[in-house]
Amino acid sequence: MTLYQRRLLAHRIGLTLSMAAMALGLAALLWILWTLFSRGFAAFSWDFFTKDTPAAGTEGGGLRNAIVGSGMIIGVTTLLSTPIGILAGIYLAEFGDRSKLAAVTRFVTDIMLSAPSIVVGLFVYALAVATMGGFSGWAGTLALSLIAIPVIVRTTENMLRLVPSSLREAAFAIGAPRWQVSLKVTLRAVKAGVVTGVLLAIARVTGETAPLLFTALNNQFFSTDMSHPIGTLPVVIYQFAMSPYDNWVNLAWGGALLIALVVLAVNILARIIFRKKTN
Amino acid sequence: MSQTLNKNSTEAILEVRNLSFYYGKFQGLTNISLDIAKSQVTAFIGPSGCGKSTLLRTFNRMYDLYPGQRAEGSIHFHGNNLLDKKQDVNLVRAKIGMVFQKPTPFPMTIYENIAFGVRLYERISRSEMDDRVEWALKKAALWGEVKDKLQQNGLSLSGGQQQRLCIARTIAVKPEIVLLDEPTSALDPISTAKIEELINELKSEYSIAIVTHNMQQAARISDFTAFMYLGELIEFGNTATLFMNPTVKQTEDYITGRFG
Repeated sequence: MTLYQRRLLAHRIGLTLSMAAMALGLAALLWILWTLFSRGFAAFSWDFFTKDTPAAGTEGGGLRNAIVGSGMIIGVTTLLSTPIGILAGIYLAEFGDRSKLAAVTRFVTDIMLSAPSIVVGLFVYALAVATMGGFSGWAGTLALSLIAIPVIVRTTENMLRLVPSSLREAAFAIGAPRWQVSLKVTLRAVKAGVVTGVLLAIARVTGETAPLLFTALNNQFFSTDMSHPIGTLPVVIYQFAMSPYDNWVNLAWGGALLIALVVLAVNILARIIFRKKTN
Repeated sequence: MSQTLNKNSTEAILEVRNLSFYYGKFQGLTNISLDIAKSQVTAFIGPSGCGKSTLLRTFNRMYDLYPGQRAEGSIHFHGNNLLDKKQDVNLVRAKIGMVFQKPTPFPMTIYENIAFGVRLYERISRSEMDDRVEWALKKAALWGEVKDKLQQNGLSLSGGQQQRLCIARTIAVKPEIVLLDEPTSALDPISTAKIEELINELKSEYSIAIVTHNMQQAARISDFTAFMYLGELIEFGNTATLFMNPTVKQTEDYITGRFG
């Protein structure tokens, strides 16, 4: 066997192995998606979106209360964590570049990024739920914000670090103070990347269940009162999927598909925005 | 080495005295003293790494952005020492504008690129701002090319146009001195010619200091030339004199192309 033939053989073995690994991963993913779509679509109906969660063992009903609850909690989470995350990211990249405070913030943010979400839920439970009058939508929002903020902080900081120093110098050179340089020039230069980061953070918290179990709890009735327990999709799925009632299980599949579609839509949107702005 | 201009012929707008500059422990400039003449063009030439850009960046305290860089000595501007710790750097930069090697339009419309700097120091009405934007773009010889697309992004312009936009943006703030750090080295010959022409027109109203790699350019556009080498000012004087009859051997070697 010549050296060339050996190399060719090694190439073919390597290619085969990596294709097999790819096929395995893809097959699992397709299987999950296929199951999700086939079972989830079966649950979609007009009632699914317009009726509230049914009582145990009864027929019919939908997930209106959970859809609205999730929408509200995620909406408020976005409104709360976007400005905090972006401003903190600006601080890390533009102001406290080498300061101790920035180093500590960066370290804590990294820990928060990898912290299990159930820990965040437990923390908010101990901090807000146990001390301030029980489960509420606000507590759920707080828990999800604690998960979303680190994601936004890090993306904002990383994006700002990509801004060439020549642009920053040019803005300083006309006498702009640092906050104007940050907000009006460098942040604007990486707008698309930062928006992408925010969208990915939203996608991440959309499917979170554990932090909501201890905080927003659940509510089988329609409610828009954030100071009381409120139903959300992930928690309803968690409750319904493990029940013995076929109707509940079906609704859980529908809810799971709905979350998957929302996350997919947000991801596609993030890609479109990022591609359009970077080209 | 202390070389100052003949006070009878020209008035100095910047007086640099015994200026030394350090990048951490490395000394980038050694004991520089010179005057930048009012309403004239002063060129800085010398081989790469000789400190000409470093010197220019002390005039608007650009080095302040980077911890570890510091300057010693003094630079007087209207009687104030610019290197004074108490000096407000933003005010300095509004009075002493700078244009860089690579065109750096801000990520906003052409109009906003110019209005941004103006708004920092002046509160003026919409129509006054329109006038100012037009004025600055005309000064930078760009108005004719962009007057119908003021709302387009500044990045949509060509390299040479972007550089003139940067000059317009600098002038719009109404500085007294304009610092140009190799403003044409990233441009094609036609854009370069336009910018040189522009510099010639601007010098009646602004004092200009330009760093250039291109000796012919220095000879063409400047009234005074400073030759620098290894962080020191070797020779400084009238451009014609410096190029025709350099007094220092190193200067002669450099301008005749024997080294550098």
